[in-house]
Amino acid sequence: MSGGAKIAVRVAEVVEVNALIKRFRFVARDGAPMPAFSGGAHIVVEMDDHGTRRLNPYSLMSDPEDRSGYEISVRRDDMGRGGSLFLHRYVTPGMEMVISNPTNLFPLDVRARKHLMIAGGIGITPFLAQIAQLARLGGKYELHYAARSPDLGAYMDRLTLAHPGRVHCYFDDQGQQIALDRLLSMQPIGTHLYVCGPKGMIGWVLSTAERMGWPKGALHAEEFLAPGTGTPFEVRLAASGKTITVGTAQSLLEAMEAAGVDAPYMCRGGACGQCETAVLHCDGRLLHRDHWLTPDDLALGTKIMPCVSRFEGASLVIDR
Amino acid sequence: MGKTEFPPAIKSRPVYGVLEPKPGAAHLVVADGEGALAVAEMLARAGAARVAMLAAMHILYTPGPNGTDLWQMVESLTAAQAFRAPTIPTLLPRLQRVLADAHMGLQIYLAGTEGLMGQAEREVMATGFPYRDIQREHRGSTVRRVQCVHCKGITENVATDPFQCSHCGLHLFVRDHYSRRLAAFQGVNIDAEEPGNVPLPVVRFT
Repeated sequence: MSGGAKIAVRVAEVVEVNALIKRFRFVARDGAPMPAFSGGAHIVVEMDDHGTRRLNPYSLMSDPEDRSGYEISVRRDDMGRGGSLFLHRYVTPGMEMVISNPTNLFPLDVRARKHLMIAGGIGITPFLAQIAQLARLGGKYELHYAARSPDLGAYMDRLTLAHPGRVHCYFDDQGQQIALDRLLSMQPIGTHLYVCGPKGMIGWVLSTAERMGWPKGALHAEEFLAPGTGTPFEVRLAASGKTITVGTAQSLLEAMEAAGVDAPYMCRGGACGQCETAVLHCDGRLLHRDHWLTPDDLALGTKIMPCVSRFEGASLVIDR
Repeated sequence: MGKTEFPPAIKSRPVYGVLEPKPGAAHLVVADGEGALAVAEMLARAGAARVAMLAAMHILYTPGPNGTDLWQMVESLTAAQAFRAPTIPTLLPRLQRVLADAHMGLQIYLAGTEGLMGQAEREVMATGFPYRDIQREHRGSTVRRVQCVHCKGITENVATDPFQCSHCGLHLFVRDHYSRRLAAFQGVNIDAEEPGNVPLPVVRFT
């Protein structure tokens, strides 16, 4: 089955962390221990939003050693397609849901001498699991965590209390900014850099590091993209012999699934590469939005990532 | 004379590139023998960045296994620091000391023979620095550093195939199978099934 093995879970706890963020705890319905995971892993949460199927990726934030359940934190996105709103409004303790097995596209490189972590807002979640893992393994790390305001700095109190001296907080509303050039200039050789947060922050951190001579192999970033909306378009699925229409608020992957086509996927956020599909004919423009395809792939225009990318033009045929 | 061209081999065999000047806070160069030429040519390609690179450059140099000693040329490059070690084993402690104080933003360039580059790479890897981001250019001798898979002893500067292990005396076939962890190729007993039937050694590495 596409998306790998699933886990039938029950919502054990829903906690309002702040005005924008809620935390959800899932336990296995059959009481079995959850599969092991490593810090940085995510799950895909399946939602039946009043007839609309939604599958969104969320980083696991709980301690990887805790096999009794998984925790995610979800920031409400009022302008989004509805996954986070569904979780915030309708998911309550006791509810039965289905989640994917964990997958890690943002693992720690444990060969590193030191881990330098930079988080923006809800981008803190994978670091919570990684820090729990490192605290146990004894790895050296330092977290720089920026939030809009103290009220919106989820888990800052918990982190600064448990790891004094290793956690540095910054608040936009107080005009504080990470002194990135200075920070990146004083890291011992063998440090790896990890960044998770808004697109602008990831771009800023990675481009600054590259300009300062940091090697690509020491730079790690994760950003899950929402599929985004766009003009409806028609696609011919050559292998399935179907022609489908992708709606404004629907992704190409979701439209294929709604038509009964079992297309491969894993992260559903343009990061993992699992859903890569060959483009057999394209009379128009592919609107690539993923982090997966290489510049060469984009230039050739023979591949598309249906989880986030769209099309506009006369006709598109893909090999699915 | 440019970089050494090797025949195609199995995936395990290291491949080397051409050193390219890259922006960085500091530049660490480790070279032996003819590797000095690769460093000089890289600096010649640096253009306007050459002066700034040299001002932040530390070169560790040792003569090659074939006796090539281009130390005067290395000195004449006028890097901020240049150090000549008599041998690879005496160069490595200096490299460890330099790495202990190094910071990210450092560019790392290795040039010369496989024995030198492999052992320097191993020191750099031990810090957690990604090995794929270490630049390497092969110059000069192609003699190999080989580990006997039987006694685990390492023989330096192997020129012939087969050769006799300098530790246990077994006759070893030199494979292209390479270990980054050991910085050595693998040598396997060639007459295990028919003791005494050892092909004549052929000079494969010069």
